[in-house]
Order: sequence, then C-alpha cells, then structure tokens
Amino acid sequence: MNLNYIFLIPLIPLVVFLLLGIFNQKIKPSVSGYIGVFGLLASTVLSFYTAYQYFFISGKINGLYQTFVEKTVWMNFSDTLRIDMGVLIDPIAVMMLVVVSLISLMVHIYSMGYMKGDGGYTKFFAFLSLFTFSMYGLVLATNLFQIYMFWELVGVSSYLLIGYYYTKPSAVAAAKKAFIVTRFADLGFLIGILIIGYYTGTFDFETLNNPEGSAILNWAATSFMGLSAITWALLLVFIGGAGKSAMLPFHIWLPDAMEGPTPVSALIHAATMVVAGIYLVARLFPMFYFVEDGFALNIVAYVGAISSLFAAIIAITQTDIKRVLAFSTMSQLGYMMLALGVSGYEGHEGLGYMASMFHLFTHAMFKALLFLGAGSIIHAVHSNYLKDMGGLRKYMPITNITFLIAAIAIAGIPPFAGFWSKDEILVAAFEHNKLIYYIGVLVAGLTAFYIFRIYFGIFWGKDKDYEHAPKESPLSMTFPLMFLALMSIVVGFIPFSKFISADKSGFEAHLNMPLAAIAVGVGALGIALAWIFYKKENNLAEKFANRFGVFYTWAYHKFYFDELYLFITKKIVFKRIAAPIAWFDKKVVDASMRGVGSKTIQASEKIKGIQSGKVQDYAFSFIIGTVVLAIVFIYLWTI
Amino acid sequence: MIEGVTIYEILGLSSILFFIGVYGFITRKNLISILISVELILNASVVNFVVINKYVYPDMLQGVYVSIFIIAVAAAETALAVSIIINLYRQINSVEVRDTEIMKH
Repeated sequence: MNLNYIFLIPLIPLVVFLLLGIFNQKIKPSVSGYIGVFGLLASTVLSFYTAYQYFFISGKINGLYQTFVEKTVWMNFSDTLRIDMGVLIDPIAVMMLVVVSLISLMVHIYSMGYMKGDGGYTKFFAFLSLFTFSMYGLVLATNLFQIYMFWELVGVSSYLLIGYYYTKPSAVAAAKKAFIVTRFADLGFLIGILIIGYYTGTFDFETLNNPEGSAILNWAATSFMGLSAITWALLLVFIGGAGKSAMLPFHIWLPDAMEGPTPVSALIHAATMVVAGIYLVARLFPMFYFVEDGFALNIVAYVGAISSLFAAIIAITQTDIKRVLAFSTMSQLGYMMLALGVSGYEGHEGLGYMASMFHLFTHAMFKALLFLGAGSIIHAVHSNYLKDMGGLRKYMPITNITFLIAAIAIAGIPPFAGFWSKDEILVAAFEHNKLIYYIGVLVAGLTAFYIFRIYFGIFWGKDKDYEHAPKESPLSMTFPLMFLALMSIVVGFIPFSKFISADKSGFEAHLNMPLAAIAVGVGALGIALAWIFYKKENNLAEKFANRFGVFYTWAYHKFYFDELYLFITKKIVFKRIAAPIAWFDKKVVDASMRGVGSKTIQASEKIKGIQSGKVQDYAFSFIIGTVVLAIVFIYLWTI
Repeated sequence: MIEGVTIYEILGLSSILFFIGVYGFITRKNLISILISVELILNASVVNFVVINKYVYPDMLQGVYVSIFIIAVAAAETALAVSIIINLYRQINSVEVRDTEIMKH
C-alpha cells in the first residue's frame, strides 16, 4: 500500500494553521473561514480515500488486516532504542482518521455560522486547524513517544480553545484547570513510557504489540511490588489515558472545559480529543491483554464502569445543558473503556474491543450532533441554562428534529447508531463480567433518562419570555446538524466487526436478541420516565429530588470532587509543601544570591574612581606597573 | 662605532630621551604635545636599535632595518593621530586632554 500521500493528511491542517496564524491580521475573516474549511476538506477526501484503499482494496492480506508503517529515525539513543517519526496505518488508525476528518469538517462548517462576527474569527480557525493537525498526528503515531508528543499538542490546542474567550475569568480558569489536570495525568503516561522503553528496549507499537514478541512474552521477567514492571508501566500509561478521557478521578476538567465555544466542545471535548485515551488503550491492547493475564485491563474495565455510572448520575442533576452533555460524554467514554476492559483477543472473543471502537465511532457522530444542536440552541436563546429554555420546537424545527435523532441514538433505540454499538458493548460485558454488565444496563437507562430530560426541557414545555423570538440558525449551522443526523441513523449498519477486531482478522457479530431487548427496554423506560417528569411542566421531578434529599445534593455538586481537589491543593499541597519550599527559595537561595550581588556592587562603588577616563592617569599607572614588574623580574625573582 | 664614545654613554642618552618622552606624555595638557612626546619615546627606541646593532653585532644590519621600519610606522601613526585630533577638534573645539574625558561615557 502506498503511504506517501498519507503525510499530507496532517500536513494540510498544519499549513493552514501557519497561514492563518502568521497572517492573522491580514486575512479577512470571510476568507479565513473558507481556507480552513477547504484545507480540511482536502484532508477529509484523502482520509476517506485511505479508508477505501485500506478496507476494500489493499489492506487485507491472507484474511488479516495488515499494519503498514512508514517512518524515519528521529532520535537515536542506542542500536535498539530509538524514536521514529512516521505514519502507521492499521484498522483503528484509519477509522480514527475518518472520525476526526468528518467531525472536524462538520465543526469547521458549523463554526463559520456560529463564530460569525467574532473578533478572533481567524484565530479561531487557526486553532481548530492546529488541533486537527495534532489529532491526526496522534492517530497516525508509530511509537509511544510520537503519540506522547501529539498528545501534548492536542492538550495545548484544547487549552487554547477552552480559553478562547480569554477576557472571561471563568474560561481562563477552566483552560488552566484542563491543562494542569491532564498534564498531571500525562506525568504518569511519561513515566509509563520510560519504563516500557527501559524494559523492552523499544517504543514501536508494532514490536510492542506483537503477541509473540519479546515485550509481551517476557513480561514476567521483572517484578515490582508484586506486579510485573510492565503492568505498572501499562497502569501508568492508562493514567495518562484516563486524564485525557476524563475518567475518574481525573474527570474534573471536562465539565469546566465547556467554557469554550460550543463547536470546540463538540469537536474536542466530545468526539475526538477525549477519545484519545480510549485510542491509546486500544493501540496497546495486545499488551494490556497479554501482560499479567490482563490485570491492567481489568483495572481499565472497572475504572470505565465506575466513571460511566458516576457521570450518568451527575448528568441527571445538572442544569447547564452543555454540562449535562459533558457528563454524558464522560459516561459514554466510560462505556468504551469498560468495553475494552472486558474484551478478549481472538476472533469473537475480541467483541469488546470491536464494540468499543464501534461505540467510539457512533458516539462521535451523535455526541457531536448533540453539542452542535446545543450550540444552535444557545445561539438562539443566549443562555446555557435549562430554565431559560422551553417550547423551542416551534421556533427551531431542524434543530429539534436533529437533536431528537441524536437523543434517540444515544438512548440506544434501534435502528439508530447508538443501539448497535451499545448492544455490542453490553453483550461483551455480559459474556465476561456480570457486575460490569449490570452497571452498563443501569447506565443505559440513566442515559436515556437524562438526555430526554434535557430534550423535553428544551423543546417542549412552556415558552419562556424570550427577549426576541428565537429563530432557526443559518444553513452553515444546520447543514452539519442534518448531515450528522443522517450519519447517526446510518452508521449503525456498518458491519464494523468485519473491519475492526482485536486480532485484525475480522469476525461476524450477531445481535443477541434477549440482551438487546433488555437494553432497549431499559432505554425506553428511561425515556418514559423523562416523558412523565419533564414533558409537561410539573413538580414531579422536584418532589422526586426532595425524596432523595442528600443524595440529590451530592450529585448536584458532582459528589464534591472539585471541593476535594481544592482542599487537597490549597490546604495540603500549597500550605504544607509549596509554602515551605517557597520560603526556602526566597530566604535562602534567593537571599544568598542577592547577597553576592549587593557585595559586588558595594565593592565596585569603592573602586570605580580609579577609572577616571584621563588618558594620562592610565599611562602613569601603566608605566609605574611596568617599572615595578621590571624590578621584580630583574632583581627580586631569583630562583 | 664612534671613536671615544662607549655604548653606555649612548644608551644613557637614549634612556634620558625615553624618560623625557614619558614625562612629557604624562604631564602635557595638549594632545599635540603628547603626540610629540610619543615621538620622543619612539626615537629613543630607534637610537637603541641602531647603537646595539653597531656595537654588539657590527657585521649585521637587522637593527638598522628595524629602525627604518619604526620610523615609517611612526610616520603613519602620527598621520593617524593627527587626523583623530582634528576630528576631535571639530567635535569639541579643543585639543586639551581633559576635554576628551567625555569619551569615557
């Protein structure tokens, strides 16, 4: 397979970023939007061409999807340990290319309408391009270090875009929070990479992931505190993934990240960047599965399941629609994690892996759609809060229909996309771990409930006193909505298991009727409850909330995780650790340096008169010096 | 080799010449006078070269060559120094040494 043109996919957005970034002031906003969109369109076409080539023409050899790698040496540490730069093409990379291109293109088009008239229009598109470039790089990475580099780059672009409204203190705080929290998690990732590099002598995915390779076979050679060193490394890598994918306990940045413009939330904090953690685990899946009999993978499963349940409960209580969607994202990411966690490796055993990737794919479509729909609503009513919305279905028919499609898709009602992927996840969980399966079913019900809660709250019920009647958004915003709605309907029918599976051979996935019926039943129950509670305005929901009292308050305050973190950082880290260190730095390190400086100044004050600027003074001292030296050398220097 | 004159007398002469130059260099207030003092110092060294050549290595000519060389360099140096002094005069309307202190800054 010819890989040369694949370099263009990330390079085009990079060029667009440089162009828009450098000539920020010179390019008219009307032009910059088109530059961004057409640049990305080119990348998208190439991505789809790659997918077509790979999946249908030249990717499969002897019934196995091959991994194609094209790379050059970037840093050479020793004969075996080196860092390469290049592109790696395998089923999940190609799938991610398609997702990133498609969602990014839709968000670009949508932004042309949404950001119209904004002062930083060109800058916004530059940042979007930077993000897209980084995400492509992350997806195509051939080794752990390359993925780490692009991992940080997406972190930076996420930071820039969350803090896009930099005059708003809350946006700046949210940007900082997102950066620091993910950066903290990335520390784990980095240490994990270094441990893997140290014990296996390579960073390359191909070598690491080979089930017959030394990296996997020799895992038992080293042990540390009862576990293999490689298992520790994988757990540390997973911490990095958990930070990016907002798993417990690193989820606190994601809800705050909603301070960014809504298209950014759709692109970065719903569809692409936050799935990087899932992608990372999937990328190293053979290692996770084979090393120490999948110990690390079990942790992944439980972290995913708990995060999923935790976020779904919080999502029910939130009143800011973007935050509901943020917690929903976190919950669905947990779903993907748990699916990976319960997956096996060979053939049909690898159902969880395939289901996770499938859910990643469908989720990207309908969650981006939900966010873009929310953006369209916010654009119309100028508020994020559910209490300012109601009866919008009359004013915004397209947004209404598309939002409804996305809501049904996420609730898991057939034949929409979410049903298919969610069903596979539940089947995989059922086959491997019953506890996780029950959590999954519960979350499915909660998901249906909270998403229809906001749906009914926004589009049904009584009109609120709008300052001016909300109206449907322009075509540039509704086109992506319609397109993604179409996607949310059709992508479920893609026979994903043929293309993507843990051992790359593909298999036939069948619908498990009883389990599907249970999942749909639970989803329908959730929708029905939401219908009773929120379709007409009534106080049922309030009564219910009061019934649960303390629990409701806890969930409303997100189980006080933010407060806990603040307590730990302010009261313990800042006061007990940082403050003494700061004192030492100021009073000892700085003071001694300042002492040296001031003594030097005093001394030079005293002797600066010698340098008078009078030529003859200099000549005089020169001659005296010469005479003295002559005397010394001739008469006194006797050896 | 001059009859009846020893090398020490001539070296004494050149030393006196040298220290007159040094004294002039340190005490004169006028840049031109300082320049003349520098010439005296150079001439003292030229006399030394010639005398030592004549008295110590009578069959060689290096000292003489070097002395001619020094005269040529001194001429060039004088031309340079004078041009600097003229430029300085245009700037500050003075050829007094103490007025050139402003160049310190």
